[in-house]
Amino acid sequence: MASNVSSNKRPSVASTKIVIAGGFGAGKTTLVGSVSEIPPVTTEAVMTEASVAHDDVSATPDKVTTTVAMDFGRLTLDDELIMYMFGTPGQARFWFMWDDLVRGAIGAVVVVDARRLADCFDAIDYFEKKQDIPYLIAVNKFDGKLDYTLEQIREAVEVGPEVPIVEFDARDRLESGNVLKTLLRYTLSRARERQREAD
Amino acid sequence: MRSHRRRRRARIRPYTFTGGRTRSRHPLMVQTLVSRADERVEPPRNLMPESERIYRLCAQVRSVAEISAELKLPLGVTQVLISDLADQGLVYIHPTITGHSPSENQVLERALRGLERLFQ
Repeated sequence: MASNVSSNKRPSVASTKIVIAGGFGAGKTTLVGSVSEIPPVTTEAVMTEASVAHDDVSATPDKVTTTVAMDFGRLTLDDELIMYMFGTPGQARFWFMWDDLVRGAIGAVVVVDARRLADCFDAIDYFEKKQDIPYLIAVNKFDGKLDYTLEQIREAVEVGPEVPIVEFDARDRLESGNVLKTLLRYTLSRARERQREAD
Repeated sequence: MRSHRRRRRARIRPYTFTGGRTRSRHPLMVQTLVSRADERVEPPRNLMPESERIYRLCAQVRSVAEISAELKLPLGVTQVLISDLADQGLVYIHPTITGHSPSENQVLERALRGLERLFQ
């Protein structure tokens, strides 16, 4: 393979990704901005026939061109590992194009605005169907308090007991960082479970 | 008016570079890192302008998404052009950790340790 060229770069640097999903205005971009080491990059991803064909959507004969705003931030976790956080487009009608952004993610955060719970249903449906990407629900407190308990919210959004639900303030760096830690612990426990089943 | 026309043209042009190909041969995801295989090498003269700009950016390790955003190139086009550069041995495609293989569990642990260090 061409990439085996001798290199004085740091070929050992690897990257990984988590996805930040949720309804429009729930706090996805705020979360990314709170934790990212770079100002969040907002880029217009022109999703075209290229992206669609990439995912083998052979059942979609029409060429599709849609511009989707994509936010991402970055965290250097150690000398050889960089994690990206990608915010998914909020508008539900773009979600069939999510796969290109979501593929290969080690986990996902669904950001929920407790005052507009229904806005996150599409995101939850998406990850429930995906199965292979561990996700958690992060309830954004906005003005500091929630009118519902986390268990009431769990019932309302109809997720199983295994899905972690946490509350946080997306503007707060440490609270947002805690959401990421909780996600990584969940991802890791799922991965170890899979490994045990395989052994 | 003039800038409007320029913008339109810039949005259509890149697709002609990929020769109609829409699929990259390398596992390039938005988070995948790319860097020059040999940072001392000047870009070959026959590179297309967009490929040359990608090559120059890759003097530092960068993700596909960062390259796409910086050069204002659609993601799909960026992926194909990077894939071509990799075929020519000009850029190195770094490993992408997806957590799907048990061999990656150690990397996930490192990721968690990194987060715990950053957010104590």
